[in-house]
Amino acid sequence: MELMQTTRGLAPKDYKSDTKPVWCPGCGHFSVLAAITKALAELSLPREKVAVVSGIGCSSRIPAYTSVYGFHGVHGRALPTATGLKLARPDMTVLVTGGDGDGFSIGGNHFMHACRRNADMTYIVMDNQVYGMTKGQASPTTDAEWDGSKLTPDGPCIEPFPPLKIALAAGANFIARGSSSDPNDLARLIVEGVRHPGFSVIQVLSPCVTFRPEQKEWKKKVRTACVDYTDDPARAARRLVTDDGFNFGKVLFKGTRPAFVPECSDVPCAIPELESGFAV
Amino acid sequence: MLDRFVSLAVVGSGGAGVVTTGNLLLDAAARVGWYAYMTRSAGPQIRGGEAASMIRLGSAPVDAHDDHYDLLVAADWESAGRFAAELPMGAGSIVLGDPRAGEQPPFLVDSPAHMLDLPMKALADEIPGGRANMVALGAIAKLIGLPDEPLLAAIRHAIGSKGEAAVEASFASLRAGRSAAPDLPDFPCLEPRPAAPGMRWNISGNEATGLGALRGGVRFVAAYPITPATEVLEWMAHGLPRVGGALVQAEDELASINQIIGASYGGVPSLTATSGPGLALMTESLGLAVAAEVPVVVVNVMRGGPSTGIPTKSEQADLNIACYGLHGDAPHLVLAPHSVADCLMTTQWAVHLAESLQTAAIVLTDQATGQARAVIERPAELAFIGQRVVPESVAGYERYALTANGVSPMAFPGTAGGEYTADGLEHSTTGTPSSQAADHQAQLDKRLRKIAGHNYGEHWAEIDGDADPDMVVLTWGSCTGPCREAMARLRAQGRRVRLVAPRLIAPALPGPMGDAIAGARRLLVVEQSHGAQYLRYLRAHYDLPGEVRSLHQPGPLPVRPGAIVERIIDWS
Ligand SMILES: Cc1ncc(C[n+]2csc(CCOP(=O)(O)OP(=O)(O)O)c2C)c(N)n1
Ligand code: SF4
Ligand SMILES: [Mg+2]
Repeated sequence: MELMQTTRGLAPKDYKSDTKPVWCPGCGHFSVLAAITKALAELSLPREKVAVVSGIGCSSRIPAYTSVYGFHGVHGRALPTATGLKLARPDMTVLVTGGDGDGFSIGGNHFMHACRRNADMTYIVMDNQVYGMTKGQASPTTDAEWDGSKLTPDGPCIEPFPPLKIALAAGANFIARGSSSDPNDLARLIVEGVRHPGFSVIQVLSPCVTFRPEQKEWKKKVRTACVDYTDDPARAARRLVTDDGFNFGKVLFKGTRPAFVPECSDVPCAIPELESGFAV
Repeated sequence: MLDRFVSLAVVGSGGAGVVTTGNLLLDAAARVGWYAYMTRSAGPQIRGGEAASMIRLGSAPVDAHDDHYDLLVAADWESAGRFAAELPMGAGSIVLGDPRAGEQPPFLVDSPAHMLDLPMKALADEIPGGRANMVALGAIAKLIGLPDEPLLAAIRHAIGSKGEAAVEASFASLRAGRSAAPDLPDFPCLEPRPAAPGMRWNISGNEATGLGALRGGVRFVAAYPITPATEVLEWMAHGLPRVGGALVQAEDELASINQIIGASYGGVPSLTATSGPGLALMTESLGLAVAAEVPVVVVNVMRGGPSTGIPTKSEQADLNIACYGLHGDAPHLVLAPHSVADCLMTTQWAVHLAESLQTAAIVLTDQATGQARAVIERPAELAFIGQRVVPESVAGYERYALTANGVSPMAFPGTAGGEYTADGLEHSTTGTPSSQAADHQAQLDKRLRKIAGHNYGEHWAEIDGDADPDMVVLTWGSCTGPCREAMARLRAQGRRVRLVAPRLIAPALPGPMGDAIAGARRLLVVEQSHGAQYLRYLRAHYDLPGEVRSLHQPGPLPVRPGAIVERIIDWS
């Protein structure tokens, strides 16, 4: 599918900054950046109304490569940072970008709780089943047998973390998988995720060509999922049980939970009113 | 008229109403124009264990306990025994105990206090719905000179909603206690001096901290509960939404600190409160706030450490982590209020400074201040409201521009043309990541410049006493109250002493501090830390004149004024 030019006239390139990415040639993250800028153009969002928030990792470098507001924080904490921003500034459209290590290992607790909390933001996780930035260690989504790291020469020997199953179990309101091999399709998923209220999780298969060169073959393995989304968590769960990790391009689950908004009085009182409680 | 004070403690097992008794006394004291300071101590039980309310009432403001208690009322001896170390008794002290309570504990029998009987339970049993703690309250009221009327008003205010029968039963118990109390004409009692309505506040340190934050402009709080900081958060959970802000309970302290960084990046002044273990978790992200220049305030209500330590009791041992806990060269602010009332002013100032200087501020209070409740003068309005510099124009906007004072205008998300990426990676003036030596140097310089070069005005410290002192006492936080009292006693003996208690711990201010301690022949540093952390901090940052000595002790026992006086008198 070809994406339209926006009504405000901003093209995808207008959402790119002049900063040159540090990524290795061929890294999957380039396509994800392209998909994000395409999606923003499709959504016709004014640049100043969008913030991209990230932690640390190759994938987490994305904010500085966009021309919207960005926040490049510390490793694993992108989701709480984004949550604070979204809850304090509900008028902003908030995207969170990061990697499998950032999101599922050091930030794993925040991932679960972001799904539960269901603040209205879209989380794009570039899954390359490796810690790219620290030069190729096993991540939570790495296969138990992968012996390509000096840190775990016999492989991590523990079963991979299933992000989408966890997202579903923890209450994410929108779950999808995309692939960097099809940026247009990924852009469409991002648009849908942003439009859907609540917390949207999009896992993106995004090869690390340097430390997992075999992932270049992913583009041959991925296939467009054959069924459309469901709003029934039980059906979504059954589909995830038989999923081999390479179905992409269709939304798996769209929930109906309203997005989290903190309690706040519509008619604020003055502070002296609160203080009267202390006066004797 | 001379200022007068009286100290008393009430102890009992869970359910004995010790905390209620203390709260009623404070409320009634406020109604007759007295001041008060009350700390609580509790055993390790989560609920229902023994508890003690330690109270000092005065005709003038009180922010420290005395050396001993004039009166101890014990509902049972076993509970009293658990607090032996915390309940020093003096020669004229009176202990009122229930004759039904069994064997008296050795620490009291061996003390110089007079042990007297008050049949609290028996008297309460004679009254339908009678309460032993109300009997005790009646006896206390008689001894300290507190009339019935304010007490009755306090009781009606506290339990009026339980119905007239409950109120009447309490009144009757109170009167029974008053008639049964011994006649002690020499007991230190106070005289009522009613103040105009609303001129006295009854507030805890943690509440004052929350209020100071709101007054300073905080409108977003992320919270993870921890003793003894939780009340700051609970008070804000109630207050914040009412003034149009929001409080969110986070999944842990890593989340709470990063949530407030995100909210503050969004332009909303933000805060969280925690205690030692939580502060330890937050330090990485505090460095982010410093590097990315996002204002945040973290209130750390100190408890005994390290590790889980003594969660329910006080210590001043998080000074090192607050000043030095961040990795890299990360100049930031560390502030410390020195009384319950000062929690309000210092927290409000901290918000103001963090916002103005776009940095992280740590406010160090402690259990002895945070969980203390005090009757204070109604606090004045302060002009400190958080204000960030925003760009006047976005033409050629550079988020981390190298300005003369080091503060760079900050564009809030939503400002067209101001788009930038805030970064914890070292960056150039635009925010673009950079590992160039020149950029690192320039940004380090600017982040230091804005903090070290700021004019903090006169609020940086409480300085009190003689202009030409022989002796300077340097202290901070909750040790300030006892030091102030020690100074007053020494001055009454004709000694020339001066108290210096910085409210701003970091950055160090060599100029003002130099002036404050100049010429001292002797300098005593008073703190509640086993490792003399404050002394070491002072030595690292200031030239200390004269002969320097240290009075440092770990928590949980407070540093008492008498110990300070003694140390100074025995100096040789
Ligand atoms: C607290 C902390 N621990 C460790 C690191 C080192 N570190 C940087 S990025 C990274 C892993 C990144 O992996 P991932 O999120 O999968 O991103 P990728 O580089 O693969 O895109 C690690 C461990 C760090 N920056 N901070
Ligand atoms: S190391 Fe891997 S993930 Fe990082 S930029 Fe290179 S290819 Fe991409
Ligand atoms: Mg990765």
